[in-house]
Amino acid sequence: MKILMTGDEAIARGAFEAGVAFASAYPGTPSTEILENVANYKEIVSEWAPNEKVALEAAAGASIGGARALACMKHVGVNVAADPLFTFSYTGVRGGMVLVSADEPGMHSSQNEQDNRWYAISAKLPMFEPSDSQECIDMLQEAFDMSETYDTPVLFRITTRIAHSKSIVETSERKDVPIKDYVKEVHKYVAVPALAAKRRIVVEKRMNDLKEYSEKSAFNRIEKGAGRIGVIVSGMCYNYAKEVFGDDATYLKLGFTNPLPGNMLAEFYKLVDTVYIIEENDPYIQQWVERLGYKCIGKPVIPPFGEMTPDVLRMAIHGKGLDVVDYDASLVVPRPPVLCAGCPHRGFFYELSKKKDTIIAGDIGCYTLGFAEPFNGMDYVVCMGAAFSSGHGTQKALTAAGKSTRVVGVMGDSTFFHMGINGLIEVLYNNSKTICCILDNRTTGMTGHQEHPGTGLDINRNPVHEISIEETARALGAKNVAVIDPNNIKEVRAALNEAYAKDEPSVIITRWPCVLKHMNDNDYEEFGQDLFRKKYTVDESLCITCKACIRVGCPAISIHPERNKSTIDPAQCVGCSVCAQVCPKNAIVRAEENR
Amino acid sequence: MTKNILLVGVGGQGTILAAKILTLGLMEAGYDVKMSEIHGMSQRGGAVSSHVRYGAKVYSPVIERGSADVLVSFEQMEALRWLDYMRPDSTAVVNSQSINPVPVLVGKALYSDKILDEICAKVRATVLDATAEALALGNARALNILLVGAAAKIMKLDDIDWNGILAKNVKPAFVEINQKAFARGQELVTA
Ligand SMILES: Cc1ncc(C[n+]2csc(CCOP(=O)(O)OP(=O)(O)O)c2C)c(N)n1
Repeated sequence: MKILMTGDEAIARGAFEAGVAFASAYPGTPSTEILENVANYKEIVSEWAPNEKVALEAAAGASIGGARALACMKHVGVNVAADPLFTFSYTGVRGGMVLVSADEPGMHSSQNEQDNRWYAISAKLPMFEPSDSQECIDMLQEAFDMSETYDTPVLFRITTRIAHSKSIVETSERKDVPIKDYVKEVHKYVAVPALAAKRRIVVEKRMNDLKEYSEKSAFNRIEKGAGRIGVIVSGMCYNYAKEVFGDDATYLKLGFTNPLPGNMLAEFYKLVDTVYIIEENDPYIQQWVERLGYKCIGKPVIPPFGEMTPDVLRMAIHGKGLDVVDYDASLVVPRPPVLCAGCPHRGFFYELSKKKDTIIAGDIGCYTLGFAEPFNGMDYVVCMGAAFSSGHGTQKALTAAGKSTRVVGVMGDSTFFHMGINGLIEVLYNNSKTICCILDNRTTGMTGHQEHPGTGLDINRNPVHEISIEETARALGAKNVAVIDPNNIKEVRAALNEAYAKDEPSVIITRWPCVLKHMNDNDYEEFGQDLFRKKYTVDESLCITCKACIRVGCPAISIHPERNKSTIDPAQCVGCSVCAQVCPKNAIVRAEENR
Repeated sequence: MTKNILLVGVGGQGTILAAKILTLGLMEAGYDVKMSEIHGMSQRGGAVSSHVRYGAKVYSPVIERGSADVLVSFEQMEALRWLDYMRPDSTAVVNSQSINPVPVLVGKALYSDKILDEICAKVRATVLDATAEALALGNARALNILLVGAAAKIMKLDDIDWNGILAKNVKPAFVEINQKAFARGQELVTA
């Protein structure tokens, strides 16, 4: 059947068709939708793991147990999973195992732009790079077969535009791949030095054998054109190059990119005079081509950073883009993302950002928006789970320098389970006084509302064991643990004041659901049947246009251009009441009460 | 030749469903189709765009600056933000609704009242109050399908069974209103 699929959907379909029996992932743009779609296939056991390392380990274990297994993550997730990855490469697999790495050239929703193709080289893994959704399906079949034939995990590298672009695919039936019987093979799977050293030699031979595969792979090919211009491409860049160089050029289209096909490259160079290498991020292919002694045009003519789009490519090659309409861009105001109306992070940041002599160690999630206007409530953000640990280091440094400054670490609930819990252990173990705040909005908000170990539901929304953040903190030995309502700013202030008054660590857990999350019965029971169904309005006779409410940064509130009074958009307001609490004149009231 | 439809707006306005309906229609008509969207950060009230490309064989899923055959904007300032994506002789369909970005809400920037003038001075544009039109039909949220109707008209995509596609892809309760909105969008372009 022909259907339109994103790359993420196609990978899920490909996993289904390849007979995958187990899949694990931690959400992360642009990879999240892979597992969300895999979970629609009943034949595959699909699970959110607390982080990428665990996801990869679970998939590796499933493979050792004889099942075909899939792990998916965004590019930075592979850093988290790197430890098991490098050694699983030595042990090899029993059931085929594929790791999908979704890279993000252009950093639409990421903290860096790393090129994970280098992982294939350093971890010694074969690698595929699909250029559209059909190739996502086809290459995944090959990747699983290869994984078993060559006894290796396989890296499947996609980029944002592959993940989130739709193209037409032809689907097939699921292959019947029985789970293999378990066999104990200590020499292979126990990576103690004496045994791993032997596997090290096997790995070297495997990568050598794969060179031959690469020369013959159907996914590496020369597409002959009439002209003498040559273009070397992999992944999505194939499409961009086709737009800019057309059908006249001769292409070396690479879909299997570790190890790369040296003989095919030599053949290609016989057909062309000038060669361009079009790749996003790092000069991965370029370095290989240059090492083999060929001349080519690549970086820095092709920009070494940012997303490659047809515009960028045309500019780089031809020095100018297509004709465009010239317009007065000064009329266009930026539209940065904001905390939603009713976001429970708002009340917390409103109070926290008022604290003096404070450094705020941030983390990654919707609450990272607390760094921006109007709160300016974050000093640094590095990676997921770093708030408490990095905050701890800063606190120690400042205390050692004799400063009274307090450090407050802020992270979300999913981030706490991901890696943040280790930071809390660090704080409690190393006698810190870092104030640890966990903003529990009952979901993984930023990536589109996935369940996690603290929500009590699995990926298919079946009830499962719910891990309490509060009990976890107490079990670790935290003495000062407060669970508060972030929409009640007096409660937030009191909790912060109490924590500041102590010379030891405090844990503050805010608990209120994300306004966009899929609510369940428990949410209504805990937070009220009228959850997000209230509305507030401005009593203009009381409003003095002091703009205190504007400073809560809610997209539902603005100053009415004609009446010059605060006004609340009833379509957006969901009744969190933070604006009403900051109004010095009590001019913001429940909509019903104003009638 | 590959044709390009660029849909732009503000997160939450329904651009994603609009693009989906378009791509399904085009696929059924036998075209090769590609579509690209950016998810993630931009959904939190940020600017969003969906690129739809179709033809005999489509390579890039992303529309190149200067090549959109029609720009469909769900919000007036967004139309201006993306104006350089239009082929200079192509057409824009612009919903006159304005949604204040945060810098405007907090008083750090102004939402200019010259935006529609600037658009109409620079390109051929059909400006319509799609929100009010959809509301008049019974549901303001149908503005996205109304705009799809307008785009289909401009691209002369008349041989496609749009009503059938809507029937299959929106919730049963909303099929009729969306079919009406589609037809109304087509009318508004001719008018
Ligand atoms: C290592 C790593 N994995 C995944 C991500 C993607 N990611 C960014 S924010 C986020 C979720 C944050 O959820 P939570 O901590 O609950 O905060 P919320 O967004 O709900 O406020 C994820 C998974 C990432 N940036 N880094």
